[in-house]
Amino acid sequence: MNRINQLFENKKNNILTVYFTAGFPELNDTLTILKSAEEAGADIVEIGMPFSDPLADGPTIQASGDKALENGMSIAKLFEQLKDMRKEISIPVLLMGYLNPVHRYGWDKFLQQCEYCGIDGLILPDLPIEEYKSDFKDKFEKIGLSNVFLITPQTPNERIRMIDELSTGFIYMVSSASTTGAKSGITEEQEAYFNRIAQMELKSPVQIGFGISDRGSFNRACEFADGAIIGSAFIKAIQKSGSIDVNVKNFISSIK
Amino acid sequence: MTVKEDKLTALAVENMPDENGFFGEYGGRFIPPALESIMEEIEQAYLEIRKDPAFIEELAVLNKHFTGRPSPVYHCKALSEAIGGGQIYLKREDLNHTGAHKINHCLGEALLAKRLGKKKIIAETGAGQHGVALATAAALVGLECDIYMGEVDIAKEYPNVVRMQILGAKVVPVGHGLKTLKEAVDAAFEAYLADPVTQLYAIGSVVGPHPFPMMVRDFQSIIGREAREQIQEMTGKLPDNLVACVGGGSNAIGLFSAFLQDEDVNIYGVEPSGSSLNYGEHAATLSLGTPGLIHGFKSYVLQDDEGNPAPVNTIASGLDYPGVGPQHSYLKDVERVNYEVINNDEAIDAFFRLSREEGIIPAIESSHAVAYAMKLAATLDRDQTILINLSGRGDKDIDFVVENYGKKYGIE
Ligand SMILES: Cc1ncc(COP(=O)(O)O)c(C=O)c1O
Repeated sequence: MNRINQLFENKKNNILTVYFTAGFPELNDTLTILKSAEEAGADIVEIGMPFSDPLADGPTIQASGDKALENGMSIAKLFEQLKDMRKEISIPVLLMGYLNPVHRYGWDKFLQQCEYCGIDGLILPDLPIEEYKSDFKDKFEKIGLSNVFLITPQTPNERIRMIDELSTGFIYMVSSASTTGAKSGITEEQEAYFNRIAQMELKSPVQIGFGISDRGSFNRACEFADGAIIGSAFIKAIQKSGSIDVNVKNFISSIK
Repeated sequence: MTVKEDKLTALAVENMPDENGFFGEYGGRFIPPALESIMEEIEQAYLEIRKDPAFIEELAVLNKHFTGRPSPVYHCKALSEAIGGGQIYLKREDLNHTGAHKINHCLGEALLAKRLGKKKIIAETGAGQHGVALATAAALVGLECDIYMGEVDIAKEYPNVVRMQILGAKVVPVGHGLKTLKEAVDAAFEAYLADPVTQLYAIGSVVGPHPFPMMVRDFQSIIGREAREQIQEMTGKLPDNLVACVGGGSNAIGLFSAFLQDEDVNIYGVEPSGSSLNYGEHAATLSLGTPGLIHGFKSYVLQDDEGNPAPVNTIASGLDYPGVGPQHSYLKDVERVNYEVINNDEAIDAFFRLSREEGIIPAIESSHAVAYAMKLAATLDRDQTILINLSGRGDKDIDFVVENYGKKYGIE
């Protein structure tokens, strides 16, 4: 059983996932942040592979990606940084990114490296479901890699059912039809949407992402789903001056 | 059917793209799920209205009485004579209301937005021509309009910025990256994602996720349909050669689409080689790019080793894009269209040459097509013809041209 399934098996709620961009604030901070996050009690970590034109990301994540690219971050560098990760890290680690850099790096090599480093899942917002089914599903499953699909308030129910069938890890519920970036609070409209999904009784665990920024919004999101994902607010916290390790731990303890 | 006939049939406009929006392996829809259902909505609505007699009639009336279609075809006798080779003809899209071909798809997109009950129509613009045309269409049908434009282009194409504002549109400056067309597309997508329900993204060329490349092409294909009749009336035959500039590729596909199955018509798409063909100094996507993904579709892309879009540079803001319409990528691979390059200096030379020989000031974008056609004409016999799509007029460019190149052409 892979680490994602194990986690959701053992822990039924309040799963905290943090997202940060590889190579940010400094090129070699990736592993430090990962370790601090695990020590502080994050349940899952998503590492963003920076891309210059990230269509699904808001200003904070975009800016961190631009800085990371400037720092010289690349997929090849990331795998280099993560090659011994599993000697120290035991929580699930996912990579999030866009298709073109992965195409360019080469899919076979990419999947080999994921397996070698111990990556548990991928989040690729611009990978169409049909393409996943025809070209990637078998390859991912062979190495125990979960593909995480995103759903939004506009996703039709039949599509959500299809996604639920295909999912082997969890479903990423985007809280509004927007880009990432800590918009605070949960609106009535969002609540109706969360309830609608909850009533579908999906087989896969669901995590809410986009717009979760503090303990209040985290707890609120966890009332509707198995857990929540914090990206922009986490990135803002780690770019504060001072020790990264301390910043990561302060932020995570402010949530949990 | 022979293999050759098969191949030609495959090129017919009605056979491209397939139902998933693919032109061969290019095109498609590679977008975050927040946009997926919206794209499906746009596709369904478009497939309905394009068969709706009321919509067809409304657009036809606007094309005639608002835009001033059909745009004429003009024989450049003096220029052809001076070159001493083939006969050059212009399809005068520069004479359209708002000064370029962009109005052809903007009217269609604005009517579609209205039909879908949208409040606002948004888009990116490079040279400002698409922005002006969309602001015009929005004013006409009664929609709000936001136009995203890179700060570099705002400075360079300032008259168009003011025109958009006079028309009641909001011009939103884009200050990241190179501050040109690609970044403007990023910003427009971002704004669209923030509210895909009350807005419609009216993309400015045959690029982006399905159905944009198909829809914009269909609206632009009026250029080719008109030109095909007009040139035959004037010369008694089909043109021997077609030439159009290629940024995203909308004016080019608009002209080419009516001739793709005529294998005796040679077709040339002209990309900008900027100041050189070195990395970052041009925007010759089909000539030097490799297949990849950009802004939600698969096509040739100028990209770096890590798969990020490469920096691009040309004096033609409307051509300054590291991607290109997917149908052009297909037409390149099947070798139906030849993609050539023209650099900044050649384009400026053509800008002055057409102005001074014929009394027509072309847009810098269109000047690339004129420059290539002049080279081509010199290699042809006098009874051979070249039809250029003169996609726009140069009014927007005069300050930039005079400031940077005036001296060389005797303007102090
Ligand atoms: C006059 C003119 N021609 C051509 C273009 C390039 O666009 P496309 O390649 O889509 O025709 C532009 C874009 O702004 C333009 O203003």
